[in-house]
Amino acid sequence: MSFANLIRVAIRAILSNKSRTLLSTLGIIIGVAAVIIMMSIGQGSKESIRKEISKMGSNVITIRPGADMRGGVRQDPSAMQTLKISDYESMLSGLKYVQHVSPEVTQGGQVVNGNNNTTTTIYGEAPEYMTIKLWTVQEGDCFTEEDIRKNAKVCVIGKTVANELFPDGQNPIGRSIRFKNIPFRVVGVLKSKGYNNWGMDQDNLIIAPYTTVMKRIAAQTYFSSINASALSEEVSEKAIEELTALLRANHKIKEGMDDDFTIRSQQEIMETMSSTMDTVTLILVVAAAFSLLVAGIGIMNIMLVSVTERTKEIGLRMSVGARGRDISRQFLFESIIISLTGGLIGIAVGYLGSWAAQMMSLPASVPLWSVLLSFGVCACIGLIFGYVPARKAALMDPIEALRYE
Amino acid sequence: MSDMERKVVIELDNVKRDFRVGSETVHALRGVSFKIYEGEFVTIMGTSGSGKSTLLNQLGCLDTPTSGEYYLDGIPVRNMKRSQRAVLRNRKIGFVFQNYNLLAKTTAVENVELPLMYNTTYSAKQRREAAIKALNAVGLGDRLEHKSNQMSGGQMQRVAIARALVNNPAVILADEATGNLDTRTSFEMLVLFQKLHREGRTIIFVTHNPEIAQYSSRNIMLRDGKIREDIENNNILSAEEALAALPKPQDD
Repeated sequence: MSFANLIRVAIRAILSNKSRTLLSTLGIIIGVAAVIIMMSIGQGSKESIRKEISKMGSNVITIRPGADMRGGVRQDPSAMQTLKISDYESMLSGLKYVQHVSPEVTQGGQVVNGNNNTTTTIYGEAPEYMTIKLWTVQEGDCFTEEDIRKNAKVCVIGKTVANELFPDGQNPIGRSIRFKNIPFRVVGVLKSKGYNNWGMDQDNLIIAPYTTVMKRIAAQTYFSSINASALSEEVSEKAIEELTALLRANHKIKEGMDDDFTIRSQQEIMETMSSTMDTVTLILVVAAAFSLLVAGIGIMNIMLVSVTERTKEIGLRMSVGARGRDISRQFLFESIIISLTGGLIGIAVGYLGSWAAQMMSLPASVPLWSVLLSFGVCACIGLIFGYVPARKAALMDPIEALRYE
Repeated sequence: MSDMERKVVIELDNVKRDFRVGSETVHALRGVSFKIYEGEFVTIMGTSGSGKSTLLNQLGCLDTPTSGEYYLDGIPVRNMKRSQRAVLRNRKIGFVFQNYNLLAKTTAVENVELPLMYNTTYSAKQRREAAIKALNAVGLGDRLEHKSNQMSGGQMQRVAIARALVNNPAVILADEATGNLDTRTSFEMLVLFQKLHREGRTIIFVTHNPEIAQYSSRNIMLRDGKIREDIENNNILSAEEALAALPKPQDD
């Protein structure tokens, strides 16, 4: 039988049993919609993490003291003091893939302005930090190289700190605030970045010259980390190699010995995050996919019933010249059409669902490949679960089939 | 006309068919041989258990002999594969069943088109034309689009006969084709079969009703899997006359 005739015969058979077909497609519809909604939420979350991270600078490279601690073994405190001023200074020139470098010293503590106070973190940085982490000074200016040299007690404050310390909408610029009893003159207020994906307020910070924080607050001669930026996202890897080589040379680490520092790029962090997200998505999708499997079994069940019911028709078709393969194709087409129809409706429902998820301010975006995949999976379901009934029909003995009542 | 000049449509050469039922072997056909020539109207008769149905299945290429050989239009059937026999049925045989076997909720034309659906040499247009021609031949030219559930038994059987004609088969095989019909309609069918016979069609009519034999040109009688009688009918009755002689229906 020709392709067109097969489709016509299948559609006619499907339409002659509408309610039953609807019920068996329902399983597929639910399954596909579930898979698509899960994938869209997974994809959406990944995209929003990506956006969040690129807001923090996608070419950022962070150097921390101490070896890679992912093993969880506690290290000697002295291992945490390996990043020195000399390391920072050596990075300032001669590196091909590194654009900006800023050392970092941090301290948590209370900041006070008159009778207003809040708990925050002070970041001792070089002015390049603004460029590396994509901070914009909204009011006033950033501190300068001059301030670094002079250990100037000046700072730039985040929006949250500004709001907490100056609740009446006073202009903080030029005002003096005190962090751990050290007075700092506010020279700038940062543009808000809001909360990040894991719920941290990015605006709750004070940025001051690193020299000031090191000497006047932390009283230490080493850095808690160094932030750098690669020339571009693409050369992050090369920049990391360059920095690793430089630090190994500075720290006189012999070949074969472990680094006493850890360098990670924002990209790596991003990849870790996305791979975590991928795992979560995968689990959800697999759960949803099981419903597709169940739906497939439902189709098989209906097709088996349908084959038995139509035994006589099969006998007739065989007697007028249908070969086994004509019969099996007829039933295969039927099950494929049922599951593809279910798939198409399911995709539509999935889009609706992901739209609804967006309305509920969940990040969701339907990836095109998930639509194509669902469609392909549906075709396969039709084929696989239609195979057994189709084969049963094809192997019928025409004599028996004609006699069937 | 001598036997040498007439074309042999069907030839059975010592056809045997055994079935295994549990540990026993049932000999349904115990060596049947005959030839049927083009243009013959043969009734095959026998009581149930005579091997009538088994023979019909053999003739219809639905089954193959255990031994012996069956030639349909000169083609040996015994060693054919299932799918080859399906194609052979499609091109050479037209079946008419006792219970019509029409597709439900399907129009007359579409029912008649069915055998040609399995013959890809026909285009959709040719298929429909051939179906309309066959329906005209059985007198249903005005009911092309009637669905099978909107027709009387006689009309349904006419559609089935049209379906058997549509592929222009070498032989029409009718299995108790009047078995489900009242007397009057049965005669109408016989009129139709006689008309087809006059037009030169080869017809094999399997029945247990001895009356029908009078309207055919030859009668083969089976008993216990063997031919008991194979006689030419030199005095073929006219079904048309018999129909006219029937009392008129009361409600007409």
